[in-house]
Amino acid sequence: MPSSEDWINNPLGVVDGIFAQSKSSPEWERKVLEYFKEKLKLNDAKSWVPSLNDVPLHYLKPNSLVKFRCMVQDMFDPEFFMGAYETVDPSTNSKELRCGKYKDVTDCGQVDFNSRNIVTSERQTFYCVPIPGESQWNSYACSSQARVVPSTSYTPHRHKRSYEEDDDMDMPHQKESSSGPQNLLDPRRNVDSKRLETEAPCQNASSSHCSSNLDLNFPLPGERGPACLVKVYEEWDSFRLNDMLEVFGVLSVDPALSFIADDKEVSSLLDPTDTMETAEEQRAHSPPASLVPRLHVLYAQPLQHNNPLLPSAISEDKAFLSGFLSELNSVRGELLTYLSHVLLGDALAAEYLILHLISSVYARRDVLPLGKFTLNISGCPHNSSYTEQLCQIIQHLMPSSYRLCMSLHNMNNLPMVPRKDYTANRLVGGILQLASNTSLFLDETQLEQGQLDATGVRNITALGNLISWQKVDYDFSYHQMEFPCNINVLIASEGRSLLPCDSQVHLRPTVSPPNVEEYLKAIQLAQLPSHLNKYRVYLTVARLLDYSISEQVTKAVEEDFVEMRKDNPQSISAEDLHRMLVVARLLSLSYGQTTLSRDGWIKAKQLEMVRTSRTQQQECVNGNEP
Amino acid sequence: ASEDPLTPRPHGAQESSTGELQPLPTSPGTDLQSLAPQDTSLFSSPVPRRSVSQSEVDASSPLIYDTPSRGTPARQRPDLGSVRKAPQVDLCSEPPSGDVTAPSEQNAGQKLVIWGTDVNVGTCKEKFQRFLQQFIDPTSREGENVSLDLNEPLYMQKLDEISVVGEPVLNVNCGHVQAFDADLYRQLICYPQEVIPTFDMAVNELFFDRFPDSILEHQIQVRPYSALKTRNMRSLNPEDIDQLITISGMVIRTSQLIPEMQEAFFRCQVCAFSTQVEVDRGRIAEPAVCRNCNTTHSMALVHNRSVFSDKQMIKLQESPEDMPAGQTPHTTVVYAHNDLVDKVQPGDRVNITGIYRAAPMRVNPRQSQVKSVYRTHFDAIHFRKTDERRLHGLDEENEQRLFTEERVATLRELAAKPDVYERLSSALAPSIYEHEDIKKGILLQLFGGTRKDFSQTGRGNFRAEINILLCGDPGTSKSQLLQYVFNLVPRGQYTSGKGSSAVGLTAYVTKDPETRQLVLQTGALVLSDNGICCIDEFDKMSDNTRSVLHEVMEQQTLSIAKAGAHWHKTCTALAGIICQLNARTSILAAANPVESQWNPKKTTIENIQLPHTLLSRFDLIFLMLDPQDEAYDRRLAHHLVALYYQSEEQVEEEYLDMAVLKDYIAYARTCVSPRLSEEASQALIEAYVDMRKIGSGRGMVSAYPRQLESLIRLAEAHAKVRFSDKVETIDVEEAKRLHREALKQSATDPRTGFVDISILTTGMSATARKRKEEVAQALKKLIQLKGKTPALKYQQLFDDLRAQSEAAITKDMFDEALRALADEDYLTVTGKTVRLL
Repeated sequence: MPSSEDWINNPLGVVDGIFAQSKSSPEWERKVLEYFKEKLKLNDAKSWVPSLNDVPLHYLKPNSLVKFRCMVQDMFDPEFFMGAYETVDPSTNSKELRCGKYKDVTDCGQVDFNSRNIVTSERQTFYCVPIPGESQWNSYACSSQARVVPSTSYTPHRHKRSYEEDDDMDMPHQKESSSGPQNLLDPRRNVDSKRLETEAPCQNASSSHCSSNLDLNFPLPGERGPACLVKVYEEWDSFRLNDMLEVFGVLSVDPALSFIADDKEVSSLLDPTDTMETAEEQRAHSPPASLVPRLHVLYAQPLQHNNPLLPSAISEDKAFLSGFLSELNSVRGELLTYLSHVLLGDALAAEYLILHLISSVYARRDVLPLGKFTLNISGCPHNSSYTEQLCQIIQHLMPSSYRLCMSLHNMNNLPMVPRKDYTANRLVGGILQLASNTSLFLDETQLEQGQLDATGVRNITALGNLISWQKVDYDFSYHQMEFPCNINVLIASEGRSLLPCDSQVHLRPTVSPPNVEEYLKAIQLAQLPSHLNKYRVYLTVARLLDYSISEQVTKAVEEDFVEMRKDNPQSISAEDLHRMLVVARLLSLSYGQTTLSRDGWIKAKQLEMVRTSRTQQQECVNGNEP
Repeated sequence: ASEDPLTPRPHGAQESSTGELQPLPTSPGTDLQSLAPQDTSLFSSPVPRRSVSQSEVDASSPLIYDTPSRGTPARQRPDLGSVRKAPQVDLCSEPPSGDVTAPSEQNAGQKLVIWGTDVNVGTCKEKFQRFLQQFIDPTSREGENVSLDLNEPLYMQKLDEISVVGEPVLNVNCGHVQAFDADLYRQLICYPQEVIPTFDMAVNELFFDRFPDSILEHQIQVRPYSALKTRNMRSLNPEDIDQLITISGMVIRTSQLIPEMQEAFFRCQVCAFSTQVEVDRGRIAEPAVCRNCNTTHSMALVHNRSVFSDKQMIKLQESPEDMPAGQTPHTTVVYAHNDLVDKVQPGDRVNITGIYRAAPMRVNPRQSQVKSVYRTHFDAIHFRKTDERRLHGLDEENEQRLFTEERVATLRELAAKPDVYERLSSALAPSIYEHEDIKKGILLQLFGGTRKDFSQTGRGNFRAEINILLCGDPGTSKSQLLQYVFNLVPRGQYTSGKGSSAVGLTAYVTKDPETRQLVLQTGALVLSDNGICCIDEFDKMSDNTRSVLHEVMEQQTLSIAKAGAHWHKTCTALAGIICQLNARTSILAAANPVESQWNPKKTTIENIQLPHTLLSRFDLIFLMLDPQDEAYDRRLAHHLVALYYQSEEQVEEEYLDMAVLKDYIAYARTCVSPRLSEEASQALIEAYVDMRKIGSGRGMVSAYPRQLESLIRLAEAHAKVRFSDKVETIDVEEAKRLHREALKQSATDPRTGFVDISILTTGMSATARKRKEEVAQALKKLIQLKGKTPALKYQQLFDDLRAQSEAAITKDMFDEALRALADEDYLTVTGKTVRLL
């Protein structure tokens, strides 16, 4: 692929070329964007571009085109920069107009600050992290495309830096770098290579060895991967916090960008009156480029989902969709069987689990989020590692997920709500800062009796708000700011959960294996990787399908409601109808039906009836359970 | 005096011109030696500078031409950029140097303009003086102009004030300048750095002409504010650099005071010759050679003769109201200089008028490359706290400005529709089904009554806010309604009774870990001043927390003493301001019944178990219950299903846009203040008398003055909905209807079926009290009949009473009767025996 060489290896050359041709007409900016958009459109051109997610940073060539699949974790203030500037060659005194876009530092030569040709432009910086809780199967490395790709662009050859500061730049970061990207990524690659489906290392298990003194601010504890300062030049207003993006841009790791970590050095170099930023702020906003590279965006694409097994724009890929829809029902059947086994033979719970996994907030009516379906699986055995393994199984199915042990200690200590740190001027991530359709597994079996302190109460309130309104109130110290979210919350508990939820299923095991752990392992081993992949595709496709209700069915549903109320007004409330409509929607979608049929409605009703009668029975058994 | 011989000069021609102007016009009365350099330092030192966008023509400023200050020293204005000089260019004579292409060549005629601008100092000065002498604003509503005669030239009165008070600062509203002379305003906005010194000069000439003997600390400085370019931080762009801009936001950090050297004082260690060097962008060009004795490297810096100014870095964050959804707030750096230092605290809402600056990032001396990014900041010229004014009154000026004329026209058109009240109430929380009257009640709450001040007659403030309580079964979308209201109003707060403490509701003090400074943090009630405080799970609130509400709901103030014990320590620091905060908050609360379901056989008080003293402070108490009838069910089902199949556009067509509703309410709240008409007052009196009559027939009180006040508020709010300045009979009618409707729901005695206000005011219905008395009497009779038995068995007595009584006697009633008799000292109950006394 010789044509790919230039624009991938030297995108700035392309930009400079177009800039020089344009003779300072403002048209050139549009031309650059169009050029790269065209290039990336070519059949699988996107896969040729090396990805920051999979390739260790030191294998990537500086100033080459890379891609990054990420979530917007924080938005910094817009910055003004020299879009075009003039340099003076001291020997010849000749002036040359240069382009400053997509670069962090100026090119060679003395910049003439007094030139009239300086163009001041504006860009916005986003602090981006890999999508939090991304499951390990979900890596482009295992989709095996990235590995074959243009070997030329990232042969393991480290770009030699020619700056004299090279040494003292590296010195203070030696420790960081050793626990930084290289080390972090290597074990991961090893794991990748031996098909990780068989083994399920819990991602968030206390892997706190990442003891870098630079906090990369990942929302979830124990996360790793490159964080990146993404510089956006166009339409930054359209981006939202926590958006999932795939960005293509120029990688910039110039050591000149790094904040000089040694405080003494700072004070000697910088005039105290000139430091508008505190040391903390500088550390947060200009971290060493070796740890947090800069990415100058040429093309950015918001992601509907982060499932690598599907084309990214699924609604446009009709062929893929119709192909999969034909086998969708059989996949559903297999998945149901699998999940029933996992849920100790409880088919009803498995049915509801599927509905939960494909649920998603598809609209909001004033404050009401529509389509959410929080599920509480009660009756989980608490003395075994059942919930932990259940969570692992879900992590194997969902592109991103997180298990939160609701132990008293965690509730009282974990930072859940993101908070603004005004000293460092950044948003400190919390566990609830998650991208859309992340599966949040709350393990309430771990909660014991005891005192919740102020943080604990705040955390519980935050979880409650998340479930009821699908929003998180970020803490800005002087005020709170509401951020809507779309998180699938699944609660595993012994009795009914103390958190509000849309639906509760009490687990009724039909098998009682002597060793639950062994039993679940055996079930997992029985699943072929190809099957697991089908389930994964299924869950994402079903979630993204469109849905509608016809006029006739609407009427029927209304009739039904009135009829049910006639017999016994207590039997069904407005809230119940809300839930039934959601169940009907999800049930239809789970069968690949994009419109509600009469049949579908009746099925949904029956399903709900079975579930509520079971809950009532359970309450009778337990007597005075609240 | 401040010439620096070592600074390279770009053009020889200018050197001569500087030389000519070098004898500086010292004012006749100057006797302080040290003042001389100050006097001139602003404009005279020809130091070349690296500017972002403009090169420098080196010529001395015209601005130091005789100022008639009579000995009053000028004071540096670092806020305007101390090193920026304003050379003049005579466009018709020879340009001062070859490479300068005069930017305003189209300006014909013999005109001196400041280089790079189209400002002619003479004209500008004259115009501004005319403005000061002539500008009158009879409609001024600004608080600070209260004492002034609005029909006299405003700023001349302010000059009088300066001569009396002696504070040499003249705040000038840019809006006034614009109204007076649009071109002058444009120049002020575009070239503040040049125009404001000209204004200073103009005002000082005028002032010292008028008050030649006046003694001021320094010359008067002009501080323009409210530039019409008031904007959101988000909309700042590179074109705004070096312009005068007003932005609003919230202070999140302030630095400690930074002494900034303005001018360095050097003395030759050989011959003691001294020289001053102006600091240029944080750098001092140290003279290498003494000009007097030509010794090299003999000049030493003398710190305590150098000139410093105060400086403070302030971080300003976008106001939450300005934020688009889903984005984080932007921050910007503001530098305050001299007396503006320490004017604002973290947490303050401020409008800052200042000059927007951009400077290239400092170059690392060891690198040849330059970061291509600029640092931006504001140099503050004027602060205006917005929340401070809120303590004194409504921030009218600010809120009014939000509406364009077209918007007002749209709103007025909407108001003229006969069914506007219904339209608005149905636009409220469309996702919640029916509950028309509750929505109407909340709508009136959103508008509020008219604020009146009776403090002169000793009555204190008359509450204008309407408080509403929603009671009902769990799951009847009460929370949803609260959430909606919270999202609708700009100063809304949402708390849950479960999680909130008294401190969280009111105000508390925190210590900034870095500065060790105490910062007042206001809680939900204070933050929702002039807004609505939504309290969910009102019944779960602790008694202690609830007690805070008593004061808020009637007096509309908040005494901080209640907020916590740690207060006495800090009150000294914050004395005066803090002791009573305004909390003119409407309360919208939701309460669940104590039992899991609402018990229709019990009264409201019995159901929710809240003290009647608190309940009586609610104007309207609604029940949100399931009506349970078929037609309702059918409509409900339709509504809910529609929620799930309608597309977003369809929904929008059907209902009024939330944004319109927001604006409508905001406009009515600020611009309409209806007064009672004669007929309306009459109707209100009649309504009240009627309400009292109902009860008197049955021997009970059915209305209290509080109910009359509620009626007045509701009627006023309804008039506001119509944008009417007069409360008319129809308003009273609706107020009566709504009030009756709410009472019907919440104050109906379940035993008699009558509406009984005493359920809410005393916690017990009149019939219940009567019956309690009857039972007690019957019991007493029974005991007396038994003759002289000193002790009775409890169970036996209960059975006897039940046997002889016609009505069913519950155990509760029996206990109550025993308690009543015990209160009379007739008997005592110990365990299972009843003893007579």
